[in-house]
Amino acid sequence: MKRRDFVQMAGLGIGGLSLPFMGKELPIEALLDNPYDTALKKQLADIALNAAKTKGATYTDVRIGRYLNQFVATREKKVQAVVNTESYGVGIRVIADGCWGFAATNNMSKDAIADCAMRAVAVAKANAKIQGAPVQLAPQKGFGEVSWKAPIEINAFEVPIKEKVDLLMQVNDAALTGGASFINSLIFAVNEQKYFASTDGSYIDQDIHRIYPTFTVTKIDRATGKFETRNAFSAPMGMGYEYLHPRAQDKVPGISTRYKMRYDILEDVKAAVKDAEDKHKAKSVEPGKYDVVLDPTHLWLTIHESVGHPTELDRVLGYEANYAGTSFLTLDKWESKKFNFGSKLVNIVADKTQAGSLGAVGYDDEGVKCGKWDLIKDGILVNYQAIRDQAHIIGLKASQGCCYSQGWDDVQFQRMPNVSLQAGKTKLSVDDMIKNVEKGIYILGNGSFSIDQQRYNFQFGGQTFYEIANGKIVGMLKDVAYQSNTQEFWNACTAICDESDYRLGGSFNDGKGQPSQSSAVSHGSATARFNGVNVINTARKI
Amino acid sequence: MPFLTEEQAKALMTKVLSYSKADECEVNLSFSDGGNIRYARNAVSTSGAIGQSSLVVSSAYGKKLGVATINEFDDASLEKVVRRAEELAHLAPENPEYMPMLGPQVYAAPTKTFEPATAAIDAKFRADATQQSLKVSEDNKLVAAGYLENSAGFNAMMNSHGLFAYNTSTNVNFSVTLRSPDGKGSGYATKGYTNVAQLDVAAATRVAAQKAAASVDARALEPGKYTVILEPAAGVVLLEYIGQGMDARSTDEGRSFLSKPGGASKLGEKLMDERVTIYSDPANSILPTSVWTGDGRPQEKVTWVDKGVIKNLSYSRYWAEKKKVKAVPGPDAFIMDGGNQTLEQLIASTEKGILVTRLWYIRMVDPQSLLLTGLTRDGTFYIENGKIKFPVKNFRFNESPVIMLNNLDALGIPERVVSGESFQHAVVPPMRIRDFTFSSLSDAI
Repeated sequence: MKRRDFVQMAGLGIGGLSLPFMGKELPIEALLDNPYDTALKKQLADIALNAAKTKGATYTDVRIGRYLNQFVATREKKVQAVVNTESYGVGIRVIADGCWGFAATNNMSKDAIADCAMRAVAVAKANAKIQGAPVQLAPQKGFGEVSWKAPIEINAFEVPIKEKVDLLMQVNDAALTGGASFINSLIFAVNEQKYFASTDGSYIDQDIHRIYPTFTVTKIDRATGKFETRNAFSAPMGMGYEYLHPRAQDKVPGISTRYKMRYDILEDVKAAVKDAEDKHKAKSVEPGKYDVVLDPTHLWLTIHESVGHPTELDRVLGYEANYAGTSFLTLDKWESKKFNFGSKLVNIVADKTQAGSLGAVGYDDEGVKCGKWDLIKDGILVNYQAIRDQAHIIGLKASQGCCYSQGWDDVQFQRMPNVSLQAGKTKLSVDDMIKNVEKGIYILGNGSFSIDQQRYNFQFGGQTFYEIANGKIVGMLKDVAYQSNTQEFWNACTAICDESDYRLGGSFNDGKGQPSQSSAVSHGSATARFNGVNVINTARKI
Repeated sequence: MPFLTEEQAKALMTKVLSYSKADECEVNLSFSDGGNIRYARNAVSTSGAIGQSSLVVSSAYGKKLGVATINEFDDASLEKVVRRAEELAHLAPENPEYMPMLGPQVYAAPTKTFEPATAAIDAKFRADATQQSLKVSEDNKLVAAGYLENSAGFNAMMNSHGLFAYNTSTNVNFSVTLRSPDGKGSGYATKGYTNVAQLDVAAATRVAAQKAAASVDARALEPGKYTVILEPAAGVVLLEYIGQGMDARSTDEGRSFLSKPGGASKLGEKLMDERVTIYSDPANSILPTSVWTGDGRPQEKVTWVDKGVIKNLSYSRYWAEKKKVKAVPGPDAFIMDGGNQTLEQLIASTEKGILVTRLWYIRMVDPQSLLLTGLTRDGTFYIENGKIKFPVKNFRFNESPVIMLNNLDALGIPERVVSGESFQHAVVPPMRIRDFTFSSLSDAI
């Protein structure tokens, strides 16, 4: 995840607020009134496909995108920002002389689009001189004219701003009434209207929705000068506004209530105020080895960093060596078919189809129909995440559909699908898991996170920590972070709760590439236990 | 929209303001044009040309503010964006913290933020530079991944109270990682300038090549407290947390490392070694920045840490008025004073220590103490009796830059550097630090 975006979005910063996206700001009426129909988009796409071909392109794809964001941000009793943005334009990618070329424009006239396609070809031909092996694309059949829509119930963009402001003001009131010193709250909605066309004969129209409600409660103890925070236990979801309509069957009871496919923000904020207060009184952790019990609100980020990233094939191959890094999961480990990534309980899948997830789409940004596949099977590394120009390297006959661009004006490249830990196959509740822990820590929510550039050594914090002694939760802890090595950690996985505890977490802002691009991705899991993990104490005096 | 001169920008914004019916109206205009090239596995991978322009109109009725943006510049679009901002202002809830727009301001003489040579960079320049870097990589039988990006543009603002400001700027950034084909060694270099004439892509790549070769077969040292020499690219990613943490409001609200019990702040207190002085100065010759901020306030030279003492905090205009102090804006870039020694001299005068090229994946662990975590990367070496003895395996650290600057041992000659985390530029010296806390080992190369 990118730090800056994460600070802006989830932590909401401490001092201020900045908007993490670009685009035109405009009133909501203009967002709902879409003037761009698919017939027009097909016509424009064909102009680009033909212009590129005339100039010598052997392959072309065209992405006409309309990207909408809505952002309602508040603190305490005031609204800090209500922003609607729209970004509309076309990105054209070609292969010419065996090399990729890309150009983009927001001038949607026929001439400008043809010119843009020709520029993409010129870029490809210029770069072909310093190109290594020619691009080798996995074959992809054309789908003709098809469409895909996210299965949402309520389009968040159709919900009046006032309703969102009122909800956030209720959240803030509940926090302040409960004793919070400060509260920042936010609802962020995204709609990607994407049209893809390629020389393979696909014309794909897609409508994708995401939503992220969140808050940060701060409680200050003026006497000691200490401050503690607790962030929301919500997740960013590939859903509409229905996510904010609480439903009893989506609540997971326990030491804190957690949520599945519906979120109760008013209930969670009250719990958060109490947690922030309790953190002031919590015992500072004794460093040492503990069995850690990780809730899905926390574990999603550990999965993201330690499994999602190292199984990205572009990192394995070295394309990200200068920035995001490479991967310890080198091809020889995969080829051996016996690389012991984790314990036998560990089954991790890549999935671009899971309903409600951030990564779910019908087709990726190079026209490949999306699916689901194993990455780690019974603890063994069995696959990676690939796109069309990489598939041949791992002997695949087709791409796995992992291509994505954050906008029409950035070139698409390999991005992480949803990567999720499968729930345990035998019945196991969180309570039963804790009963068997002699010396442990139960961790909820994601906090500080850091991992090396090959994804071996990591350190994670959290939102709330509870000490487990002889099978019982005995109190709250603070100043907790755990450090481990990816392979050791996943081999120390000794129990995973069953499907009834399975939930999604995720991020709106996974960063990769130069210039850096964001993508949204979910990670599902049930609560899992990892034995003998090294816990450090993070308290310092300055 | 093309690259407008000051007079052209003024004419355009005057026209925009003429459409305004609001109590107050402010226009911000920005334009940038540039490109990038990326390479990996010793070949070009992606490249692009990016042109962006936008006009932001802020309209206010009383304490109700509406903001609208557009990137079309015909008269009808300009009027439309003003109307849209006014509609949004009418719909907006009243903001109790709203501050009236500023009147005319006096700014210092423009600084040298624009260099024509950088603005002239084209696709051929980028491809040629890449070829030079790739040649160094191939000559040394290494594998290169790198990135070069450049931009040129202007920012301007004008409001209905008579404020006008205009500034042009250029930027070029280069970074490269060279790795041995067997993946056992890795070296890195990064450079960023206003003037491309200062950029020597081949020389930077040779530094990365030397580190890649020298870092093969690293040995493991026990984690613990070590004397370290942080090269500027390593130091900047820690120091920038101090630069970002100078906000007065967070401090006064009790949620900053500068907050004290009872609601007081550490302003005026000595928190670091007396050799630590950190300031911002738009007229700095190594790193010139704009003489005005995005909200129209003048950017002046401000000393944030003076000989280890917290000297100034940054204020929003609202918070400054509430606290009845000058509304000093946050810095655009920070500069840390250094000493006279070169990096080589710092190494030569080190009895035992670790040389750190780069730090990576820096995250805040505890905002109360500014405790950060992250890892060394792309060239970490053991020094004994003034000489680099052998490469060492990478470490994770847990350290606060405040504690680190108390454990300062020596400073070298400051240089302009690009943060590999925030991509901001700063002027930072190489630093020798005692008792830097490495908490675990990493197998990453």
